[in-house]
Amino acid sequence: MTDVMDSEAVPETSRADWQSDQEVRWCPGCGDYSILTALQLLLPDLGVRREKTVFISGIGCAARFPYYMNTYGMHSIHGRAPAIATGLALARPDLDIWVVGGDGDMLSIGGNHLIHALRRNTNINILLFNNQIYGLTKGQFSPTSEAGKITKSSPVGLISEPFNPISVALGAEASFVARSHDMDRKHLQEVFSRAHAHPGASFVEVYQNCNVFNDGAFAEITKKDSRDDMLINLIHGEPIQFGSERQFGVVQTADGVEIANVNEVGIESLLVHDETRSNPSTAFALSRLAKGPTEPTPVGVFRAAVREEYASAMSGQVMGVAEERGKGQLKDLLHSLPTWEV
Amino acid sequence: MTDLEEDSKIDAVDRVIIRFAGDSGDGMQLTGDRFTTASAIHGNDLATFPDYPAEIRAPAGSLAGVSAFQVQISDHDIMTPGDAPEVMVAMNPAALKSDLHLLTPGGTLIVNRDTFEERNLAKAGYDYNPLEEGEDLEGYRIISVPMTSLTKEACKDLGVKPRDAERSKNFFALGLVSWMYSRPTEPTFEWIDERFAGKEQIISANKAAFSAGHVYGESAELGDQRVVVKAAPLASGTYTNINGNTALSWGLIAASQLSDLPIFLGTYPITPASDILHELAKHKAFGVTTFQAEDEIAAVGAALGASYGGHLGITTTSGPGVALKSETMGLAISLELPLVVVNIQRGGPSTGLPTKTEAADLLMAMYGRHGESPLPIVAAQTPSECFFAAIEACRIAITHRTPVMLLSDGYLANGSEPWLLPDVDALEPINVEYATEFNHIGEDGEADYWPYLRDEKLVRSMAIPGTPDLMHRIGGIEKEDGSGNISYDPANHSRMVEIRAERIKRIDVPDVEVVGDPDAEVLIVGWGSTWGSITSALGRVRSSGHKVAHVHLTHLNPFPKNLEEVLKGRSHILVPEMNTGQLSLMLRAEYLVDAKPISKVAGQPFTAGELEQTILTYVEEKSTS
Ligand code: SF4
Repeated sequence: MTDVMDSEAVPETSRADWQSDQEVRWCPGCGDYSILTALQLLLPDLGVRREKTVFISGIGCAARFPYYMNTYGMHSIHGRAPAIATGLALARPDLDIWVVGGDGDMLSIGGNHLIHALRRNTNINILLFNNQIYGLTKGQFSPTSEAGKITKSSPVGLISEPFNPISVALGAEASFVARSHDMDRKHLQEVFSRAHAHPGASFVEVYQNCNVFNDGAFAEITKKDSRDDMLINLIHGEPIQFGSERQFGVVQTADGVEIANVNEVGIESLLVHDETRSNPSTAFALSRLAKGPTEPTPVGVFRAAVREEYASAMSGQVMGVAEERGKGQLKDLLHSLPTWEV
Repeated sequence: MTDLEEDSKIDAVDRVIIRFAGDSGDGMQLTGDRFTTASAIHGNDLATFPDYPAEIRAPAGSLAGVSAFQVQISDHDIMTPGDAPEVMVAMNPAALKSDLHLLTPGGTLIVNRDTFEERNLAKAGYDYNPLEEGEDLEGYRIISVPMTSLTKEACKDLGVKPRDAERSKNFFALGLVSWMYSRPTEPTFEWIDERFAGKEQIISANKAAFSAGHVYGESAELGDQRVVVKAAPLASGTYTNINGNTALSWGLIAASQLSDLPIFLGTYPITPASDILHELAKHKAFGVTTFQAEDEIAAVGAALGASYGGHLGITTTSGPGVALKSETMGLAISLELPLVVVNIQRGGPSTGLPTKTEAADLLMAMYGRHGESPLPIVAAQTPSECFFAAIEACRIAITHRTPVMLLSDGYLANGSEPWLLPDVDALEPINVEYATEFNHIGEDGEADYWPYLRDEKLVRSMAIPGTPDLMHRIGGIEKEDGSGNISYDPANHSRMVEIRAERIKRIDVPDVEVVGDPDAEVLIVGWGSTWGSITSALGRVRSSGHKVAHVHLTHLNPFPKNLEEVLKGRSHILVPEMNTGQLSLMLRAEYLVDAKPISKVAGQPFTAGELEQTILTYVEEKSTS
């Protein structure tokens, strides 16, 4: 998001200024805590005003987020946050709007709103906390749960294949798509701050541990000692390389991308990451690199492309017409069809 | 008075009902519309009823593809497009077959003879030609005209291809009917120039066809068919001919001007409400934002988001769309935010009859949400009154911070009537107050902001995002009155349910006016678009010597304060409505009165005649029993 040009300097704030007086009520140990902390620590550095910041959420554990922020906020209904945020963003382009929700909220009941919000590219920051389970309703499978998963609603194993949220976002023409996880505050903050700076809809998937109903879903890739080998940090302009010895890299193949041994292929044949490609195919290929969070998985910014922002284009049309024809007069409107005198 | 009217050879009639019927591709709506405008400018009072086919592109010549436009023009004040047409134009056999039964006995039937050939006859289900055989047309005055060939003939020297020339045949019909009713030609020619600007061939073909129709009347010895309907003695002022959806759109714009809040329309295309989107999309110069969302739910969600940001959030739809929006309306009730939900009702349930009218969503408006979730309901009663109903719905939404349901229907949406333009400077401003300061002292002695502190009307304080210091959170979870903090406290929930009901009751709505014979034992209670038919029917019932009173409700929640008084002591309460008795159910529940429904659910409005008959039968039975 672009910052609003305020005539007065934005006052200095600290983490405490962004915390509301409400007691935080997630299960102890829930990944949501670290995401909240990361954002509350980051916001003072973004040069934004609390009164111009709005958090909008749907329903679910993640959707409690707005209550904990000392900003404007709305805890709305299941799945609809991207739609409500779109209306607010169109009406009030001066605001800094964040949408927070989980995988059930945004990919199941609200899937339609999510893809269209991304397609339109309205200036909102969408944070999807993916824990691959329904938490608030106590443990049913979600649209990101892996096939075969045993849950309360799939006692003999889940039959369907999951969504890959990054692929969905790219398929929906999203202009900013990134992934991070709840075990690395610095990385979260880098990604959030990029998402905030992006003019248009930004989509961030955060791998979030639900320690009550799906504990350790991401542990294989996010544990401190396995991260180096399992997380592929995407850095714009650099060859995609990972591993404790940086011994692995990503190379392009005829039908996508694959992992290769740097020693075997040579560093010059590694794919150089370019977030700004207008064609999302390479970003999409990267999103398919890991079948799930058990294989080496790319994190960071997949795509940050420039596309027209919807709210400013819309207000441009409204203001353009007003300028061209002059401000509308009600009396003229009522006389705009054929009239006659009696 | 024009020369024509002074011409003593031309009879004057006080009113006439004309129906133009043809295939969807024949341009009947355009023809009817044009005839209406010419009549309006001539000074007649009028009312129209476009009767669209259900299918967008039914096979040409089929019964399903018949599109009709009925207009009543008159030299006095009228309320409806009339019951049985006295003149019908049938452009093809299907139109004749589907609409002939409507024509009044002895009425005039104008047919395009050229289309009565084997294929078209078969498509309409005739195994004979009714113009030549059978008894179908007995008792009518038939004017059988080869419109297609005469139109082609008229266009032959214009360089227009015969196929294109044929398309102008509706202008032949318009020319002929315009001649019969002594309408001047000039305004129609000017209109053709404007409407088809840049398409010279079409302009010349349409004009040639129109003139040929006019000349046909003149020369084919139809002299005895020619009549004039004089101008109606309407109140003086400037008039325009307006349909309900346009009036409603303009009312929304007026409310935006009066409140100084920009309109945000979140909507999704649906018949018969889409024209409001089309109309508002044209008026960006008024600061109007129109957002065509991905679905009905997103449409209302976006409107609510815009309301939260301090805009005038509106969503427009029809019954099935309201069903989808109901969860968000519940949220708006809980958040106590302004929102206007416009429902242009149509026949239901499910897809039902999208192009046909019905008013069966009253109980859905009243009760169709989860939980105890009351909201105010406003209903428009004539096409032009949609303007004022829209302002009223916005006024209540804005000043009481509540979603409001505005009910119209397909009949009002597409029907038109002359409208004496109101003085816009006399419209009352709508007061908008947003909180800008702390309104409460906390336990710690520090000033803070409580979003659910209320005034004497129980309207809560509202600070919009961007207001310094007043940051707060609202949500759909039950909240504590005052602070707005989440609360699961049983006593608080009871209290909030009571407050949400009471704050709707405290909305000021004007008293109902009793018309007709105020003290009559028989009272007719109507709402919405039945006003015209009820008023016309009661005029006739009363002139046959019966005493009847009439009240018409525009506010259905809360009811006007004097309604109880008006209902009390009547021996008979009849409620005509285009459903199976929804208002009568509400009146029974609220006032314990024996309100009896008069129902019609045929996808068509009540005719004044059928209401007259039902009411007459009722009052006569009652006086003999
Ligand atoms: S159920 Fe899971 S996601 Fe929800 S708060 Fe508890 S740990 Fe977190």
